[in-house]
Amino acid sequence: MKVFDYVRPASVAEAIAAAAAPGAVYLAGGTNLLDLMKGETLRPDRLVDVTRLPGLDRIEWLGDGGVRIGALVRNAALAHDAAFATAYPAVAEALLSGASAQLRNAATVGGNLLQRTRCAYFHDPASACNKRQPGAGCDARGGENRLHAVLGWSEACIATHPSDFCVPLAALDAVVEIEGPAGRREVALEALHRLPGDTPERGTALAPGELIVALRLPGEAAGFAAHARYLKVRERTSYAFAVVSAAAALRLEGGRIRAARLALGGVAARPWRARAAEESLVGVEAGEAAFRRAAEAALAEARPSGDNAFKIELARRLVRRALALAVAGTPARIPALPASPFPSVAGARHDA
Amino acid sequence: MSFPLSLTINGVARNITLDDPRVTLLDLLRERLELTGTKKGCDRGQCGACTVLLDGRRINACLALAASCDGATVLTIEGVTDGDALHPVQAAFIAHDGLQCGFCTPGQIMSALGLIDEGQAGDDPERVREGMSGNLCRCGAYAGITEAVLDAQRRLAGQDGRDAS
Repeated sequence: MKVFDYVRPASVAEAIAAAAAPGAVYLAGGTNLLDLMKGETLRPDRLVDVTRLPGLDRIEWLGDGGVRIGALVRNAALAHDAAFATAYPAVAEALLSGASAQLRNAATVGGNLLQRTRCAYFHDPASACNKRQPGAGCDARGGENRLHAVLGWSEACIATHPSDFCVPLAALDAVVEIEGPAGRREVALEALHRLPGDTPERGTALAPGELIVALRLPGEAAGFAAHARYLKVRERTSYAFAVVSAAAALRLEGGRIRAARLALGGVAARPWRARAAEESLVGVEAGEAAFRRAAEAALAEARPSGDNAFKIELARRLVRRALALAVAGTPARIPALPASPFPSVAGARHDA
Repeated sequence: MSFPLSLTINGVARNITLDDPRVTLLDLLRERLELTGTKKGCDRGQCGACTVLLDGRRINACLALAASCDGATVLTIEGVTDGDALHPVQAAFIAHDGLQCGFCTPGQIMSALGLIDEGQAGDDPERVREGMSGNLCRCGAYAGITEAVLDAQRRLAGQDGRDAS
């Protein structure tokens, strides 16, 4: 690990001033940043430790029934907050399906939004990666790429965003509050992560020195609480990133869908909101035919970026399953294996 | 450049001066304080061998910068016994063969302490397995580990009259 300058500011204003130095990055839980620094993927000159900034570790309920979550709230604390899990169950399920208990205790809300891709070529400093080193090329294009993007990718970069948390957040219109050298602003979570295009090195809409201070979910999104699920296919039962994931949230009235929210994870450089699929569901009877149409619409623009054509069909099937489980209703308690499409009982049929 | 740190480790207040900001909590414990019960497995947050309780919550000490832990309370495997008497979680690991080589065991035990305190798993083996999935055991003692955690949890619930389910 390259040596760095460590500073611990006492206020947001001090933090932003400290982060104006070249090569500065913010440190919160550190679970992603320190790992990347140990591998020399990232070599920051200065760490601005924001963990002591006052007022950023609170969960506050808003007048519209929505919630404002401070950027330093730990992933585990949010997932286990009873009022939060009741209002936004798919978000709690997504959080609990990610990483391990140890990492969820350390990782913060703001840090989760800003976690970096798991693309092995991004992580390996000896590989060509346009995201790590603009103009270097992309070794993933001709390499091991079965887990890479099938939507929104470019010749310059086929990496995916690994967050589970961000998938239901995108579906539910979450908003990110940002402080920076130019003051305070907000962006929709859906617009926080950028598709690669010709500039994959710019992964987010944040300007240099900007700091995420909070995340908001609107009260309207809590209206989906009775029919909301997050499903995630992994290569092992637990403690693994998504191959493909889906967040589905519905409002039902007499067997018909009044409103629908759908987003996919593991398929693109951003959590992928499937608006055309949502529109196809509104006003129709909740059932397999509707789910099939929605799945087709959600993946209509998908194309393989390598050995990953299977992810497109896998995503379609996961969309159908997530919608069916959302119709069945949010479970009273988050399942023992959060977000798993498979039963926890050995020998039981997964599609029964 | 030096970094003064105050930590309470296993009940003892320690004032430490770091000469390098890169030191992790894991390396501080093992290399500077000679608390080598906490193990370095992968050093990248994947194996759980370095699990300790930081302010009561289980974390991977390899991914915590020591400087950022200033003011915290740390519990390591060296601090869980009551004198010479094993902690009920330690005794349960022995009783249920929750180990073979033993390298992952300090991390498993610290993780189990965290899991039991979180109170989310109850008496459900599936929830215990999921809650312990951040601790790898290359000897494959998982069946014994799950039994040990469930047994210890029942005993601890009996001791303090708390219903762990």
